Amino acid sequence: MIQFSEEKLNKVSEIIHRYPEGKQKSALLPILHLAQDEFGGWLETPVMDYVATLLNIEPIEVYEVASFYSMYNLKPVGKYLFEVCQTGPCMINGSDDIIGYIKTKLNIGVGETTADGLFTLKTVECLGACGYAPMMQLGKTYREHLTKEKVDAIVAECRSKAN
Amino acid sequence: MAKKLLLDKVHVPGIRSYEVYRKEGGYRSVEKAFRLTPAEIVEEVKLSGLRGRGGAGFPTGMKWSFLAKPEGVPRYLVCNADESEPGTFKDRYLMEFIPHLLIEGMIVSSFALGSNVSYIYIRGEYAWITDILESAIAEAKQNGWLGKNILGTGFDCELYVQRGAGAYICGEETALIESLEGKRGNPRIKPPFPAVKGLWDCPTVVNNVETLAAVVPIINEGGEAYSKIGVGKSTGTKLISACGNINKPGIYEIDMTISVEDFIFSDEYCGGIPNGKKLKACIPGGSSVPILPANLLLTTAKGEKRMMNYEGLSDGGFATGSMMGSGGFIVLDEDQCVVRNTMTLARFYHHESCGQCSPCREGTGWMERILKKIESGKGEMKDIDLLWDIQRKIEGNTICPLGDAAAWPVAAAIRHFRDEFEWHVLNPDKCLTENFGLRHYADPIHVTVTA
Repeated sequence: MIQFSEEKLNKVSEIIHRYPEGKQKSALLPILHLAQDEFGGWLETPVMDYVATLLNIEPIEVYEVASFYSMYNLKPVGKYLFEVCQTGPCMINGSDDIIGYIKTKLNIGVGETTADGLFTLKTVECLGACGYAPMMQLGKTYREHLTKEKVDAIVAECRSKAN
Repeated sequence: MAKKLLLDKVHVPGIRSYEVYRKEGGYRSVEKAFRLTPAEIVEEVKLSGLRGRGGAGFPTGMKWSFLAKPEGVPRYLVCNADESEPGTFKDRYLMEFIPHLLIEGMIVSSFALGSNVSYIYIRGEYAWITDILESAIAEAKQNGWLGKNILGTGFDCELYVQRGAGAYICGEETALIESLEGKRGNPRIKPPFPAVKGLWDCPTVVNNVETLAAVVPIINEGGEAYSKIGVGKSTGTKLISACGNINKPGIYEIDMTISVEDFIFSDEYCGGIPNGKKLKACIPGGSSVPILPANLLLTTAKGEKRMMNYEGLSDGGFATGSMMGSGGFIVLDEDQCVVRNTMTLARFYHHESCGQCSPCREGTGWMERILKKIESGKGEMKDIDLLWDIQRKIEGNTICPLGDAAAWPVAAAIRHFRDEFEWHVLNPDKCLTENFGLRHYADPIHVTVTA
C-alpha cells in the first residue's frame, strides 16, 4: 500500500497551500520529490498514480512531468546515486578520469547499478559547481574537487553507512 | 579594491543568520522602500541602469514598468534561481552564504510590483540551499518582514521556495512559469509576455537572483549613486563566476571598469593560469556565448584592451566579440581541445532541449553526433560545413533562445578555431593522443586598416 505518513501528508497540505485555490497542480514537482525520497528513490507507476490522487489530477499529468525532469528516476537506482557532472568546465578539470575511475572501482558502466544494489553511476550535465570541479551530486549535497582518493573515501563512507 | 555592493558582508561570521545580517544593516532597504511609493521604487531602479543579471541584460526598471495592473487581478514576482548555464555558479553562492540579501531584495521588489505572494524557483539540485532559504524566510517572517501587514504598512507578502527537478530550460522565464504551474518546462510562445500573462495567466515579473539582490543597494544608496558605479550602460557591480584553468576559481564581484587581462592575470581575481601554461581561449559569459581565442579575448579587433563589461565583451559583435551573458567565465589553457570542449557543450544542449521545436530537438542531436565523430578522429572535411549549416538553421528558428544558445558556441568554435577542426580530420590517429595546442591563438592581432 502506497501511503504517505501523517507527517508527510501534513507537508503535502502545507505545500498545496502555497498556491491559490484550484492551482494545486503547482505542488506536483515538490510532491514528486517527497514521493521519490519516501518510496525507494524512484517513481514507480503506482507511486505516480498516488500523487495524482493527492493533487486531484490525471495520472498522465504526473507521468508527463516525471518523464521530463532528469532528477526523477523512472527505474530503480542503488541506495547511493553518484551523479557525476561531465559538461565543459568539469571536463576541463578531469571529470572523464573520475568517471573512468568510478566505473573501474565499482565495476559498472554509466547507468548501471552494482550487484549489491548499493551504487548507481549516472553522468549528468552541469550542476552549477564549475569552480569546484570535478564534482558529483550525492543525495542532497555536492561532493566537489573530486580526486581518486576522494572517490575512495566516499565509497568507503557509503559502504560503512549501509552496514 | 573594487567597491562591493552584494558581497561586502559575505565574510562576516554568521551573516547567514538574521541577527547578524540585521546588525550589519540588513533590511534597511525595506524600511526605506516603505517610505516611498511603488512607482518611486520602480523609478529608482530605472535610474540605476540595472540590467538583468541572468544573461540577457535587459534593463530591469523597464521590465518592471511593463507589468500590467488590471483591477482585481493578482500580480506575481518570481525569482529565477534555476542557475544552470555551464560556467555559472554565482547565484548559488549568494543564496548559500547571504540568503537574507535575496529575501530583502524580494520584499522591496514585491512591494514595488504589488506582489503579495512571491516565489523563488530554484534548480532542484540545489537541495541544501532550498533548506537555507526556507530557514532564512522563516526568520524574516518571525521578525515581521514577511506575512500580513508588514511593519504596519498594510502590505502583505508571503515568500515561498519552489524546487525544480533538473531542467536547464526552466531558466527560460516562460518555461519556468510552466514548471511552477506543475507542468513540463516547455517555453511559451511570446507574446503574450509574462508581464501581461504569466503565472496562472496573471501579470508576472521574473528576475534573476543577482538582479533582485542588487535592488537592495539601489534603494539604500539611491538609483543615481548606483548608476555612477561602472561605465556607460554597464552600471553597478556584476558577479562573475570564474572557472576552468585558472589559479583561483570562484566568485568575484567586479565594478566593470577592469580589463579582461587584469581579471584573468591579477592576483585580486583569477590569479593567472596554473602550471605556467598559456591562455588559449575563453568563454566569458556562460557556455552559450561565443568562445574567443586568447588574442581576441584580451584585445578587441580595433587593437584596444577588452574590458570586463557588457559593451567591452560584446565589442566586435559575434565576428570578433562575445557577450557578458550570465558572467560564467570559463578559461581554457593551451592543453585544452576546443573540439572536445564544444562537443561537451553540444551534448549539454542536446540533453536540455525540451523537444518542442524541431530545429532545436533534432539539430542539437546532429551537432552532438557530428562533433563526437570529429573529436574521435572519424570526421570528414564536409562535416565541418555541415555543422556550420545546422547551427545556422537552428538559430532564430525556435520558440525560445535555447536554440540560439546551442548554435552560438558551435558557430564561434568553427569561426575562430576552424584549423583545429581541420587538424582533427587530417590527423585521425594523432588527435586521439595529442592536442592541437596553442598554435597562433595568442598571437598579436593585425589590425586591418580600411580606407
